[in-house]
Amino acid sequence: MKSLKAQHHSLADARAQLAILAYGQDGSTIPISFRDKLAQSQSYPLKPGQIDTLQINIGKMCNQTCKHCHVDAGPDRKEIMTAETMQQCLDVLRQHEQLTVVDITGGAPEMNPNFRWFVEQLTRLDKQVIVRCNLTIIVANKKYTDLPDFYRKHRVEVVSSLPFYAQDRTDRQRGDGVFDASIRALQLLNRIGYGKEGSGLKLNLVYNPSGAFLPSGQTALEKSYKEVLRQRFSIEFNELFVITNMPISRFLDYLLMSGNYESYMEKLIHAYNPAAAANVMCRNTLSVGWDGYLYDCDFNQMLELKVNCESQHIREFNDQMLKEREIVVENHCYGCTAGSGSSCGGTIA
Amino acid sequence: MSEHYYDEKDLAKFGNIGEFQKELGDRFFAYYGEVFKDSELSAREKSLIALAVAHAVQCPYCIDAYSTDAYEKGWSEAQMMEAVHVAAAIRGGASLVHGVQMMNKVKKIAM
Repeated sequence: MKSLKAQHHSLADARAQLAILAYGQDGSTIPISFRDKLAQSQSYPLKPGQIDTLQINIGKMCNQTCKHCHVDAGPDRKEIMTAETMQQCLDVLRQHEQLTVVDITGGAPEMNPNFRWFVEQLTRLDKQVIVRCNLTIIVANKKYTDLPDFYRKHRVEVVSSLPFYAQDRTDRQRGDGVFDASIRALQLLNRIGYGKEGSGLKLNLVYNPSGAFLPSGQTALEKSYKEVLRQRFSIEFNELFVITNMPISRFLDYLLMSGNYESYMEKLIHAYNPAAAANVMCRNTLSVGWDGYLYDCDFNQMLELKVNCESQHIREFNDQMLKEREIVVENHCYGCTAGSGSSCGGTIA
Repeated sequence: MSEHYYDEKDLAKFGNIGEFQKELGDRFFAYYGEVFKDSELSAREKSLIALAVAHAVQCPYCIDAYSTDAYEKGWSEAQMMEAVHVAAAIRGGASLVHGVQMMNKVKKIAM
């Protein structure tokens, strides 16, 4: 499967996505905009709290082409962060002690040739490092098989997508063979202590629905995941993060093609939770794009909605301006406020 | 009036039942909410039971709601279909077991 960009698909253009999010498929506007919904719960404009996390997307290149990917990542994507931009991130992190967490994402971040150097530098800065590892990269090629040891050496927290504990649902979303490869990678991580009690090596999994429906409760799903993965594959992990699919990029394409777009948006709007709106991750996280530009979150990054202040690039990082900015919101943001809410760390309400 | 007796959009209006009789509507939904909470049975298990019952009573609204709910709660397609077969078996069995009544009657009147 090719990325939307390689297909020259209309949805590869962020403006086309934003138009659908504003006006629907047939030009009819959404029943109530996210801005108005926030205003109803006295949450508009949305302002940052204490920014403690830098989520850095170091490239759109990936060994997988998942059907729901909001990045439109894949083997045909060549956009990756340069060592120069990474150095600019390191400079900012050195100068701002309050930025204690660095969340590295992609694509498959490990495919960036400077990935290991970057993690080593972050470790020297004594930052908490999270890597969003798609698991299959570990077993994709010999040059990646030592990744678990590399992660352990640098005390990296590994966060990995496993959309379901059964093969069919996982492979339908992430591609044939992904479930089996993911299980092998999880077993390798377990073997060196990841996900094991008392090891201090954190291995968290991410669930996201494989279709046009919302996730159910995180606690119950985590219990099911732990039972099934332990019984069938002797796999242990720490926490399950339950994430809602955002109606953008490839998932938006799926919603439109399957005739589920309108009902999915209705579900998100109907499930709006003001408590989740108060805790959305864009209030404490800043997102850095592969080219160094700053965004309120990884989703805004893919929609090319830069932060609403003059400090728009990592090389001109201005803490004060960023703290005082208004967070950019559009209708896709309903995905983070539905039900128990959604963030890269799971539910938020 | 809608053109059909059943309109899928009406499912979302279920909560308006209290419009004509608020007190009973409120009591029903409070009860309904309690029934589906985690308790001796988990909310996940109750969802699958609800799916089977929805088929037994042939309620299109309930089938719509609990097909989504059960799938969201992690039941597989095969597990959900097995639950529907349980409903079908009970319904079929309920008819067939009355065959005993028929046999009793025939045996009584036959020479």
